[in-house]
Amino acid sequence: MIEDITFVYMAVIAVLAALATVLVRSPVRSALSLVVVVFHVAGLFAVMDAMFLAVIQVMVYAGAIIVLFLFTIMLLDLRHEAGEPYLHKNQLWLGIPLAILLLVEAGWIALNTEPLAEAARGAYDAAAIAELGGTGQALAEVLFNEYLLPFEIAGVLLLASSVGALLLARRPDEDKLPDAPDPVDDVTGPDDERAEGGAAIWPTR
Amino acid sequence: MADSLNAYLYVGAILFALGMLGVLVRRSLIVVLLSMELMLQGVNLTMGAFGVFNEDMGGYMLTLASLTIAASESVVGLAILVVVSRKARELYTDRMDGMKW
Amino acid sequence: MDLVSTLALLAKGLVVLLIFLAAPLIFVLAERKILGRIQSRRGPNRVGPLGLFQTVADGIKLGTKEDIIPPAADRVVFWVAPLFMVIPAIAAWSVIPFGPMVEIGRETGLWITNLNVGILFVLALGSLNTYGPVMSGWSSNSKYAHFGALRSGAQIISYELTLGLAVLAVVVYAGSFSLIDIVESQRHMWLVAPQFLGFLIFIVSGVAETNRAPFDLPEAETEIVAGYFVEYTGIRFAMFFIAEYANMFLMSMLVTVLYLGGWNGFTIPGLEGVSGVVWTMAKALTLMFGYFWLRATLPRLRYDQLMSFCWKILLPLGVLNLLVASVLRMVWS
Repeated sequence: MIEDITFVYMAVIAVLAALATVLVRSPVRSALSLVVVVFHVAGLFAVMDAMFLAVIQVMVYAGAIIVLFLFTIMLLDLRHEAGEPYLHKNQLWLGIPLAILLLVEAGWIALNTEPLAEAARGAYDAAAIAELGGTGQALAEVLFNEYLLPFEIAGVLLLASSVGALLLARRPDEDKLPDAPDPVDDVTGPDDERAEGGAAIWPTR
Repeated sequence: MADSLNAYLYVGAILFALGMLGVLVRRSLIVVLLSMELMLQGVNLTMGAFGVFNEDMGGYMLTLASLTIAASESVVGLAILVVVSRKARELYTDRMDGMKW
Repeated sequence: MDLVSTLALLAKGLVVLLIFLAAPLIFVLAERKILGRIQSRRGPNRVGPLGLFQTVADGIKLGTKEDIIPPAADRVVFWVAPLFMVIPAIAAWSVIPFGPMVEIGRETGLWITNLNVGILFVLALGSLNTYGPVMSGWSSNSKYAHFGALRSGAQIISYELTLGLAVLAVVVYAGSFSLIDIVESQRHMWLVAPQFLGFLIFIVSGVAETNRAPFDLPEAETEIVAGYFVEYTGIRFAMFFIAEYANMFLMSMLVTVLYLGGWNGFTIPGLEGVSGVVWTMAKALTLMFGYFWLRATLPRLRYDQLMSFCWKILLPLGVLNLLVASVLRMVWS
């Protein structure tokens, strides 16, 4: 009973916050609504008794990804400008039917999916997980035996993406030494150029 | 409701559809990226629910993989966004037509 | 769950909430007194006997002040930001163990809940600490707040990483994510002995996570007035303070639980519960004194020093520490 109430609360708030993410004008508020979605999806995981997933979800999404978004929004000072429309007016007639179509289709599949028969299920039911000491231990068991290669590949993917991001965001002239300042021209100092993409938060070396 | 697979799958489907709507109709590039994260939320919920209800760790593994991909995707996406914002001060998707022809 | 255990849970929650609310009152006064003594002056000594009611008076003053929202601020975000500071700080207390299992009518542990991913839960809530500064700084629409928020965001994200690495080594030793199991595993040897490097990394990152001196750049009074919460007044300002001191105490408790053996110590037979709580509190309060001492002793770092220290020194050390811990664990078992 209490689980049903929790489920309905989590689901309803998650969907409403998702609507807000899509429809709110200001990017910051949009990002903050997404934080609410993340929390309530984590809550849904908790209702399923998958605490590990819930915690990891909050840690990675809320703690890292959306913070990064907020940080970028702040750094570039992206605000919604008053006169600009925030929706593609001429894509609405395509977007909304498509989304409804997808919702009906995926929803129909979702409503007609049953869990596998008892015999066809995996080995990790609630009792087996509890015996191992929790989802964390069960996951480690699988992760470092069965799925070791995907795990390593995920590591390589993360490395590649962080190197790629650094390479993309680096200014091409960053590692060149600044030219000797022209005593007449250099009223503003070399720091100003750095500040143009946002705020100069740390002093240059 | 809390112990039926369908309910979770349906919530996942709604989140995914809403995310797609956001990708299609929003003009601001950063909100488009946020909507993609929203779609990934729906996917995560679906895969986590399958993992729990089919008593298979594969679902958990897929969720972890999708978290990894979400992290890399948003990092690269935001880096691109920063680069674009240096070239043009506007981050509206329909104005970024410099590479159209 | 029957009625008695529900009531017990509520009672425990209430006690923790009271600690949470009383801690800033006590610690602010203690900090001012200790700082005063270190600087050879008396500290607050006017309100009440020995100045004991100073923070109470401050609290009343803050509570009765006008709540100003700057006209250029983003009202919703400005309003929500202090809540984002306080709620993660209080939620993390639900998995912190204060003492061992005791017999009060029935067997019960001196903690609110034994989550089997307890330490990850604390880390996840700790990673939410970025939101308060970033949201308040952005929504205030003021340049000092903006600088404070950018600094705080970058600092907390960076040091969270080293904090997590240090914790992972502890998890490797204890073989569990549960804080209670971690304390139990230190029955014979506190983890500070095999994990001394991890202990140092954890302490440094912990001080940086809580934005305290010498890592208090986000709220550096002499450079950017007070950083991300310059524009806040009255009770909202007080919420930032409550969150800061609660986070410091939480960090001290975490060091106690992870490295200093939690409630393990000499026990008087028959009084395991009481002496356990006394041990935990004594260790945590000593660490709090360390916080104040650091603030009185060390000058503030420069921003680039802060960043390069984290990424070029602490992070490699953390990885090395984790590697050594894993290898030792493999050899031993």
